[in-house]
Amino acid sequence: MTQIKSNKLRGILLGAGFVAIAAFVFTGCPGQQRMLDTGDAAQKVYVAPGEHDEYYAFFSGGYSGQLSVWGLPSARFLKVIPVFSQDPETGYGYSEETKPLFNTSYGFIPWDDSHHPHISQTDGDADGRWIFINANNTPRIARIDLVTFETKEILELPNTGGNHASSFVTSNTEYVIGGTRFSIPYEQDLDVPIDSYSDEFRGALSFIKVDENSGKMDLEFQIVVPPYNYDLGRAGKGPSADWVFFTTYNTEEAHTMLEVNASRNDKDFIAAVNWRKAAELVANGHGQTAPGEYYHNYYEGNQGYAISEQKNGVTILDTREIDEDFIYYLPTPKSPHGVDVDPTGEYIVGGGKLATVIPVHSFSRMLQAIEDGAVVERIDGIPVLDYDATIAGEVENPGLGPLHTEFDGRGYAYTSVYISSEIVKWSLETFEVVDRIDAYYSIGHLMITGGDTKNPDARYMVGLTKTAKDRYLPTGPKQNHPAQLYDISNDRMELLLDFPTIGEPHYAQAIRADLIKDNVAQIYEMEDNDHPHALTRIADNRVERDGNVVRVFMGSTRSHFRPDNIEGIRVGDTVYFHLTNLEQEWDVVHGIAIKGAQNSEILVAPGQTKTMKWEPNRTGIYPFYCTAFCSALHQEMQGYVRVSAADSDVPLTWRTGTN
Amino acid sequence: MKLITTISISIVLLLTIQACGDDETTDRRADVQQEEGLTDFELEHGIGPITERIEIDEEIDQELLTKGRDIYEMKCEMCHNMEGRMVGPELGNVLDRRSPEFVMNFILNPGRMAQDHPEGQKMLREYMTVMPFQNVKEDEARAIVEYLRYYAEHN
Repeated sequence: MTQIKSNKLRGILLGAGFVAIAAFVFTGCPGQQRMLDTGDAAQKVYVAPGEHDEYYAFFSGGYSGQLSVWGLPSARFLKVIPVFSQDPETGYGYSEETKPLFNTSYGFIPWDDSHHPHISQTDGDADGRWIFINANNTPRIARIDLVTFETKEILELPNTGGNHASSFVTSNTEYVIGGTRFSIPYEQDLDVPIDSYSDEFRGALSFIKVDENSGKMDLEFQIVVPPYNYDLGRAGKGPSADWVFFTTYNTEEAHTMLEVNASRNDKDFIAAVNWRKAAELVANGHGQTAPGEYYHNYYEGNQGYAISEQKNGVTILDTREIDEDFIYYLPTPKSPHGVDVDPTGEYIVGGGKLATVIPVHSFSRMLQAIEDGAVVERIDGIPVLDYDATIAGEVENPGLGPLHTEFDGRGYAYTSVYISSEIVKWSLETFEVVDRIDAYYSIGHLMITGGDTKNPDARYMVGLTKTAKDRYLPTGPKQNHPAQLYDISNDRMELLLDFPTIGEPHYAQAIRADLIKDNVAQIYEMEDNDHPHALTRIADNRVERDGNVVRVFMGSTRSHFRPDNIEGIRVGDTVYFHLTNLEQEWDVVHGIAIKGAQNSEILVAPGQTKTMKWEPNRTGIYPFYCTAFCSALHQEMQGYVRVSAADSDVPLTWRTGTN
Repeated sequence: MKLITTISISIVLLLTIQACGDDETTDRRADVQQEEGLTDFELEHGIGPITERIEIDEEIDQELLTKGRDIYEMKCEMCHNMEGRMVGPELGNVLDRRSPEFVMNFILNPGRMAQDHPEGQKMLREYMTVMPFQNVKEDEARAIVEYLRYYAEHN
């Protein structure tokens, strides 16, 4: 008991110390920021009107649940791709086509917390085909297609609490990974006391197979591991391409006041998983089937409604029950947060957020340690390797709270440091800090163009920071999160830009624009419209009643709807407007909104069909109109629906163009 | 130092602006020439990818007709009637007024036709709207012409 108390006290003092340091950092004057001469900086980010940026950058939206797209180096905001949250701007999550994407085993979930976007890779380099992103809260992974910049698939992860160590891909996009931030009872819906944590709770590391042609995901297996918090993950590359590394904290197995209780151990672990071997074990029948309900939501064909497939059962590898070793623990100081692998695949860098050094493990030394049997203990069958046998170096004096590292491919690593709010650049040869620069303020992730790949471009670095404070014109007690753009092409890092973003830009990825922009779709070709309620022959525009369900097969072009006068709708009807945009010109968008609709407008891209549901609850005349400013006669693009009483015998009629 | 920077930025900017300006001027000049000097072919048959007379058999090509009707019903009928004006002109008798090449160029290049062709400009004034490009390919425009021929013959 005394022991516990004293530990608690020590923890509280430690916590208080950090708060004091953090307070000093926050309240301290930002000092002189190091940036290029203003003119030089302006020139480096200047992209002339009408010209295109060199890079697409994808910033996660954090608690917005979305993914925003930016051009670099200008920091032009390009668009928000809605992913895990409803978006009234586009009708995403409101239209009948997109609603099924939000189905989960917990019901319809219209929001989540999206953290780590990751672009699909071929041979360790970003290939620009898809981008994946994780949902933390109700664990899911989404796949966004980079031809249409639309969310095409959302896969729920069962038996997982907080999918934070996600959605990183292996170097040929064989797998995208998921991981439990919160361990929970693996057996689903288990109702047990919380203090049975060590006995009943387990972690789950998910391996989701990605179809190489379609990108479609499939939850192939989960590894059931000791009940720690699995925080972040990264795949190896080159020689380490068959491995994935996860950080763990809370090896103390605390379930309350983790701030203190999960900060006691000097070292936690990086879990090194040989995914190829794990997949072989599964293929050879070493896996078991465990219950696990989850939803898999995706599109089939070119257009139409997302399909929600309800699944049950997942293949698991339980380290307690498998004799062969395919996962190893690498002791790492101290509650490591990030884990990042350098471009050669040799160095595995841990971000010990409470550590005073940045520990760097060597992949080749790790293999040697495994061969030499340098195992200090086994936890639930998992060999713990000797720290001295795997460590290649410790970077001294990295600042307070090192978190995440990316690389420039020229022999340097760049680590974000949260508490002291800076970025440190250090040498992968000497493990010494060679440069440091302030971040405004409290940096989380950083991103270098190509900085997590085999061949970084390393032109620019973006710091993703958590508070804006005084950086821009003030906008109230809660302000948007900032990002900073740095030039890292020279020996010293230089600040170029500081700009507010959307939601919480938690992590970001960037890719050379030429790898994406020529593939981007300009229209949905009408001939390929396979939506079951599409209007492919204009003369087929019509209204159909089946009981209380009324379907309007509607077309739009500049500047009218067809039909635009509808009568015979009754109170109590459920009306579906299936609107096909009959335009075939790039960026000519039409939308529809009707008075009293209890959802949002729907935007429809050229050649696309989208559906708005409407349940009129009062009689009267309801105007509807095009919400997208589409032409000079946009204000003329409107229509009327007459709604009669539930028992009315007004016949169902529709027309266009006959006054 | 600052002065030098400012001057060099100004020069760079000047060069950039100059470069862009040049492009634009060239474009416009080309347009002006076009406007003033459309070829006889363009005046009669429109501006666009069809630059010479096409051969059309007297007999209706059934395959082409079906294809043309499908495209017409998918991409044209929102704005055109065969009989009577709607958003755009009636099309049942369009081949009495225009050559097949003119119709094809109008389908394939509606923006330029409205802007630069005297007939297109006249129609823009009359109908108050620019016909949208409907992603119709050259062979599809030819098929639409076949359907228009068929319609004219049978109505």
